Amino acid sequence: MGLDVRLPLGLLFLAIGMLLACFGLATKGSDIYAKSMGVNLNLIWGSILMILGLLAAWLGQKPK
Amino acid sequence: MHLASIDWLVMLVYFAFVLGIGFALKRYIRSSSDFFLAGRSIPAWVCGLAFISANVGAQEVLGMGASGAKYGIVMSHFYWIGAIPAMLFVGYFMMPFYYGSKARSVPEYLRMRYDEKTRALNAFSFAIMTIFSSGISLYAMALLIQTLGLLDGLIPHAWVFHFSIFLSAAIVLGYIFLGGLSSAIYNEVLQFFLIVAGFLPLVWIGLRNVGGWAAIQQRLPAAMTHSWRGMEHPSTNSLGVGLIGLVMGLGFVLSFGYWCTDFLVIQRAMAADSQDSARLVPVIAAIPKMFFPFVVILPGLIAVCVTSHAVTSTTVSAPAALVAGVSAAATSSAESPQIKELHPHGIIPQKLDPITGEAVLDSNGAPVYNYDLATPLLLIHFFPAGMLGLGITALLASFMSGMAGNVTAFNTVWTYDIYQSYIRKNASDSHYLWMGRATTVGGILLSIGAAYAVTSFNNIYDALQLIFSLVNAPLFATFLLGMFWKRTTGHAAFAGLLCGSTAALLHHGLTIPQGAVPGLHGGWITTLHIYPSDMAQNFWTAIFSFTVNLVVTTVVSLLTKPRPEGELVGLVYSLTPRHIDSSLSWYKRPIWIASGVAAMALLLNFLFR
Repeated sequence: MGLDVRLPLGLLFLAIGMLLACFGLATKGSDIYAKSMGVNLNLIWGSILMILGLLAAWLGQKPK
Repeated sequence: MHLASIDWLVMLVYFAFVLGIGFALKRYIRSSSDFFLAGRSIPAWVCGLAFISANVGAQEVLGMGASGAKYGIVMSHFYWIGAIPAMLFVGYFMMPFYYGSKARSVPEYLRMRYDEKTRALNAFSFAIMTIFSSGISLYAMALLIQTLGLLDGLIPHAWVFHFSIFLSAAIVLGYIFLGGLSSAIYNEVLQFFLIVAGFLPLVWIGLRNVGGWAAIQQRLPAAMTHSWRGMEHPSTNSLGVGLIGLVMGLGFVLSFGYWCTDFLVIQRAMAADSQDSARLVPVIAAIPKMFFPFVVILPGLIAVCVTSHAVTSTTVSAPAALVAGVSAAATSSAESPQIKELHPHGIIPQKLDPITGEAVLDSNGAPVYNYDLATPLLLIHFFPAGMLGLGITALLASFMSGMAGNVTAFNTVWTYDIYQSYIRKNASDSHYLWMGRATTVGGILLSIGAAYAVTSFNNIYDALQLIFSLVNAPLFATFLLGMFWKRTTGHAAFAGLLCGSTAALLHHGLTIPQGAVPGLHGGWITTLHIYPSDMAQNFWTAIFSFTVNLVVTTVVSLLTKPRPEGELVGLVYSLTPRHIDSSLSWYKRPIWIASGVAAMALLLNFLFR
């Protein structure tokens, strides 16, 4: 197949990660995090997904 | 429940990618082999993840969460006993014949090995089964969207169920229609990672909340937190299954019948780029499969342990009395079959009658709990806006991957094994490619029909198990004898399959699980035997059906004329030259990876014994 699956996979996680991390930053200290016991899950998990997504996209676009 | 805009945004991004992949892959689809077999060009790890993702349908994420809440970690048997050994077996021993024979589908392998009628029998029963599985996924998803009220306020409540069914069917249709199997496989890889990304943080925050695994063990009856405790006898474990039923029925017959013969998963391995890759596909898939209990069953256990935020986040001393009370009750009752009535229900809601809105009571007047909501309610309980969008997306992804897997398997079997074989033999390849796309539309429409038909079962998982035990259980005997005994004949295979399925049907009609009404759950002929649970009944149906098939096929083979050995090269173990994989570096060889997986699965069984 001409398309490496890691490219769309990485881009998807990059996009979702960025959305979550930005939303996490914007809602820092908000009481919506009472649900998750005070942990800003959006910021933490969003950043992790962003980094993993970047890594996957980079691996996926490298010429073979 | 109200979703915030950020939740919708996450969901939209995902759906844009899903359809985008279909569009991106469309230009690579030039022949029917590109559409149905992904041109046999996909790397092993991609096929491996698709292999596991296609199997993760409605029964897995929702059903396993529900069963985890109801029965406990004992459900891990469906993974460590009921999947891993079979997955290693199909990769190591059976894949060389499936891939090496150049068969384009499992029924086609049956034609090469046996004859036309055996293939026809398998192709038709399989096609019907995939439509039902796909319909069940669709139904369960729409029901979930309706129950959670995801679309409330956007469209009228009465339309939500129908709208959900048609919208999700349209999305799956879109990406398979455009990109065929490669599009389905690529999307399954995305869905796999999305499910992990959505549920891993849920388990993490959930465990943190309830105080870790040790606290769960303290709070729940021992039979719920150990896989093997009380397994020697049906009356001492929550599943109501004995050791023989479990190991033979689930671990051997049902599991090998599914993983080794079901074209839905085998198709993913057949798309691999070489025989070595094809052998690795199920073995690679076994690695995430082994750890799936922690992502899908554990949320169920957490859901019954969660009490309230105030209690758990401030102090542990407050619920200590409660915990002690529950565990004392649990230890004294651990030997009794009434375990489920004594375990806490956490955030699991009572089942409400959809018409009257009143709580449903069982025959003893005790409330009935709606376990199917364990996982989704846990998502809502712990996830703030944003993460909730990711969690819901992961849940929807799991339904769609299960449905898409069935649809791609259906369109291949229909086009190659039914249409090309019996309806129109010598058409051009572009005609079959067109047929594949048309069948995708037809398959989706039939799934919608099936979704509306599936309403009488309230536990999705039991329904699937019943279908599998009727269709798949006799099948493994046919493949086992076919691949490993050159004397097996086509007439024998056909007779064996028919007798095996008939035996399954008769057994189902003659036995009944405790407390069930004769009918769909069995006993529709007369009741000869009562099983302690429907799971036990399913496992024993499988054992009977497999044994009948094995005996009938063997006897008829000995009475009929075998095929000349020359015709069976590449199809039967003893007549096929061993494939040499010594050119691969040692860590890429299936034997080493398979041994590692087997050792890890043993260790997990030991840790949670």
